[in-house]
Amino acid sequence: MMIDTIVWPVLMGLPLTLLLSVSAFAIGFVLAVPISLASVSKSAPIRGLAQLIIWIERGIPPLVWLMLLYFGIEIGTVRLTSLQAGILGLSIVSMGYLSEILRSGFKAIPNGQFEAAQALGLGYASRYSRVIFPQAIRTMIPSFTTYFIGLLKDSTLASAIGVGEMAFKASLVSRQSSQAGVTPFFVAALFYILISIPIALLARRTESIQLEGGR
Amino acid sequence: MSETSWLSVWAGALPEMLDGLKLSLLITVVVILIGMPLGLLLSLGSGSRLKIVRWPCFAIVEIGRGTPALVTLYIIYYGLPDIGLTFSALISSFIGLSITTAAYSCEYIRSGLRSVPRSQIEAGQALDLKWSDIYRKIVIPQGMRIAIPALLGYSIQLFQMTSLTYNITVREITGISYSYGLQTFQYLAVFALAGLLYAAVSTLCTILVAWLERSVALH
Repeated sequence: MMIDTIVWPVLMGLPLTLLLSVSAFAIGFVLAVPISLASVSKSAPIRGLAQLIIWIERGIPPLVWLMLLYFGIEIGTVRLTSLQAGILGLSIVSMGYLSEILRSGFKAIPNGQFEAAQALGLGYASRYSRVIFPQAIRTMIPSFTTYFIGLLKDSTLASAIGVGEMAFKASLVSRQSSQAGVTPFFVAALFYILISIPIALLARRTESIQLEGGR
Repeated sequence: MSETSWLSVWAGALPEMLDGLKLSLLITVVVILIGMPLGLLLSLGSGSRLKIVRWPCFAIVEIGRGTPALVTLYIIYYGLPDIGLTFSALISSFIGLSITTAAYSCEYIRSGLRSVPRSQIEAGQALDLKWSDIYRKIVIPQGMRIAIPALLGYSIQLFQMTSLTYNITVREITGISYSYGLQTFQYLAVFALAGLLYAAVSTLCTILVAWLERSVALH
């Protein structure tokens, strides 16, 4: 009985939870690459611009980003749907954090590698894509995993603008049935914990495989 | 929309926003004062040699970290009344965010305590100090000093996290912004102001933290 009335309805929010976190991570990552490259640029104005962008989107709490995009943005008469605003808002936030992770990853690469790539006559693009990036990405995997698990939990914020993800479903179930009470929230919490564990384990495994492969 | 209308919206909203800011700061401070000492207790508990102490502490930390802060707030404010425990929105936000903070700060404190050199503990043993004294006088003071930068960094994040309490009807910056937007339909201007306030206060705190860290390092 509880499975039909509580567990299943809460679980119905999982696809949107995953959609929000995975797409925000992917979009955020794509946006983060140019920002992180700009933040290690030799040109001060470009560095400054990157820092300004990172400051703005890290300074504003994720929830405020979501509400700003959902309630505040109007193009003509068209407004973003709650899902669009949710994905876009979380992408902006993850862009900031991911670019910081990328930047510190680049910084951790010994200068000699940059010089060696330059000495080989590699251009800017291939210097990064073929020498720096493959090395940096390995050291960044733990930070990316931690951030993704954080993002999974941040996706709950989209419930505030009406995206039907797990936290939203849990509060819906709790409100609709007087017997459900606090249980749907506990069910949701359990699911969040259950999803985080395999991701953490998988990351640890990839890490050790990569370390062995790198030897 | 002209810039002057933004400015007039800002001028109208600012007094209420500053009240909201005070509430956000109040929540931050109260949660630090409750959550971080709890985090210290949890970190001592999870380092205990007694399983009966260690396992519950581990469980609390894992559940506290694994559950999204928003869900914790929902549980306390919307869920607990069903089992007869009703708290006001503000008290619920104190409790909910303190649980999350205790779990996270426990991790920071634990790694701080762990990085106290083993020889310090051995020195304490050599002086024939009791375990409680070794912890109270040697390990905790040194370990906390190592953990402080991480805890301060978390505090800034916590200030931003107070925005979540909007979801349980607390009228801090985000809540005020929403109701102001509802009245004026100037959502973009209002939320931009809210964003600026959060960013400005976070930046001030970052500067303050950098200064504090330097003074801690100098001791």
